[in-house]
Amino acid sequence: MATIPSPHTFRGGIHPAYNKALAAAAPIRELPLPARLTVPMSQHLGAPAKPVVKAGDTVAGGQLVAEAAGFISAPVHAPAAGKVVAIEETLTASGRACAAVVIETAPEQVWQPLPTFPEWRFTDAKQLIEHIGAAGVVGMGGAGFPTRVKLSPPSDKPIDTVILNGAECEPYLTSDHRMMLEHAAEIRIGAEIIRHILGARSLRIAIEDNKPDAIAAMEKAFQDTDGDVAVTVLRTSYPQGSEKQQIFSVTGREVPRGGLPMDVGCVVENVSTAFAVFDAVVNGRPLVRRVITVTGDAIAQPANLLAPCGTLYSDLVAACGGVAGQAAKVISGGPMMGFAVSSLAVPTGKTASGLLLLSPKKISDFSSQACIACGRCVDACPMRLSPAELSQCIEADDIDGAEPLALMDCIECGSCAFVCPARRPLVHHMRRGKAVVMARRAAAKKTP
Amino acid sequence: MDPITTSTLCIGGIGLASAAALAVAEKYLSVPQDPRIGKVTEMLPGANCGGCGYAGCADYARAIVADNAECNLCAPGGPACAQAIAAFLGRAAAAMERRVAIVLCCGDDTEALRRAAYNGIADCAAAQATAGGDKGCAYGCLGYGSCARVCPVNAIRIANGIAKVDKALCIACGKCVAACPRKLIKLVPAAAEIHVLCSSKDKGPAVKKVCGTGCIGCRICTKLADGAITMDGFLAVVDYAKPLTNEETVAKCPGHCIRKDAPPPTPNS
Repeated sequence: MATIPSPHTFRGGIHPAYNKALAAAAPIRELPLPARLTVPMSQHLGAPAKPVVKAGDTVAGGQLVAEAAGFISAPVHAPAAGKVVAIEETLTASGRACAAVVIETAPEQVWQPLPTFPEWRFTDAKQLIEHIGAAGVVGMGGAGFPTRVKLSPPSDKPIDTVILNGAECEPYLTSDHRMMLEHAAEIRIGAEIIRHILGARSLRIAIEDNKPDAIAAMEKAFQDTDGDVAVTVLRTSYPQGSEKQQIFSVTGREVPRGGLPMDVGCVVENVSTAFAVFDAVVNGRPLVRRVITVTGDAIAQPANLLAPCGTLYSDLVAACGGVAGQAAKVISGGPMMGFAVSSLAVPTGKTASGLLLLSPKKISDFSSQACIACGRCVDACPMRLSPAELSQCIEADDIDGAEPLALMDCIECGSCAFVCPARRPLVHHMRRGKAVVMARRAAAKKTP
Repeated sequence: MDPITTSTLCIGGIGLASAAALAVAEKYLSVPQDPRIGKVTEMLPGANCGGCGYAGCADYARAIVADNAECNLCAPGGPACAQAIAAFLGRAAAAMERRVAIVLCCGDDTEALRRAAYNGIADCAAAQATAGGDKGCAYGCLGYGSCARVCPVNAIRIANGIAKVDKALCIACGKCVAACPRKLIKLVPAAAEIHVLCSSKDKGPAVKKVCGTGCIGCRICTKLADGAITMDGFLAVVDYAKPLTNEETVAKCPGHCIRKDAPPPTPNS
């Protein structure tokens, strides 16, 4: 066990105001169980889960309510006991509509646990992977990639390094930070389970140097762990928590274009995901709740709330003392990669790491100008793209021209738009261009 | 020889040699083409809008002559053009009805609610992809002008937050129909005067919450229209195959979304 400074740092990136002090000192608080939960079927990357309950059914906490609908998909469980009152469409934070199982929670909570594996060290990896998949564990850093898939790399891609992602580079968010401070021991066991499954030699815990208390907590938790284990202290820089950038910062390896971390022998798991793995394997608890940072200068008491997946944002705001003054913008997630939402009647999911309420003085109303070709976005792009050129192609509807410029490599981190002096909506252009390419590829797949 | 003469002779010589080469190529390498194709191309309006389904006017002319395509597909040319081509080729003139595009939404910013302030890219598809668009109604016109930008004849204007088609200018090429992410634009017979300018399939109370001029599914119009208006769930839809002249439908619509417009001036008048 050692603590080492990161040997490399990715190229580009930015230094936004982190504003983490608002919620960093607030201990994780459990939200009182809401009367009604709207549990979305799409809380992960891939196909939405298929409901297996119907209106009128009584469910126990932790009971399966929807099964995975494909390889890249994840099951959904009831966050609490109660009665299914409806299966209806709901708007999710990303703006897409999806089906949701609406549960009226019961005053008497019954819990239906999954099997547990206290002797996981002596359990077959395959069995653990199946169990983690059945518990609905997905990546909790934001994208929601099913963990079962990440943990089963093909046999020709051996994994030698597991990186535990505790960078939390998004401004304002502190949920992972609090998890590391308050649940270090559980995270350690989760990380060891992941390492055991993958048979990886090395384990790195990657934390930015603006969280010294989290670094200390992790050092303490992992001090007597066997093998090649180290806390890697990353330079504070956005997007240090992005998978490809972090792999480079920690190992110096570069994930090839269009490739996955497994191509360079790495698997990156968020610290909250490690906790969820621990909870599923040791406690038999499926992933049905998570810590959400409710923060911003327009919330009365910024807090880190442990809330069941399916809690409406309005319930979270109420639990934090309501809106202070006027909230001009509400963002699900962090300010860099989050989605602005137009209504608080949106449910949380497994990937919801934060809810940000900003007052009018934090919001600048601006109009964008033409590109002045200053090249700052090129310097800032951690993927080494040319956002200026790409956005101009997309603006002119020349998607064919944008594709060879590696449009699909964009990670939508927002660094380019952050530095743009002409205030061009660069990420928005990228998202639109990527959506067109995705739609084309899907259409091409359908008609061979 | 002075430089001017030299260069004149050189350039002239190259020109003459090239002309000779071209003349020879024309004689021996030419591909025989039906001369009628060129004539038909000249008869077409040359808008190259693609509304007929072919890659421009020349391709459509080739299709008419060589593949026996219908000669009434050119919307900008209209019936006169169709008849002229039919007469030239000695075919029977197929009947042709002039069509125009119409935006089936009348919820402008005075009537319809916007539930968020959107300041992203001014493009309807981009707005739609951002949390489902800023319009309160999930079916209504977003008004960011994606249709207006693709219109080859500038027949679409954005007024008070919704798109409106100028019937007189529209050539029914159908580009706007494809560009609208909410599928609000339809091609309808130009002679039709009464339209249901709403596309919301929501129930009445839900419509009323977000728009002052939406279809609430009351069915009053279906009783007055003699079969020319049918219900698609909670939305009244005009069946343009049937005549609809009863103006009471317009007067009695409680949502004020059934509207009458003046017929466009005929192109020849």
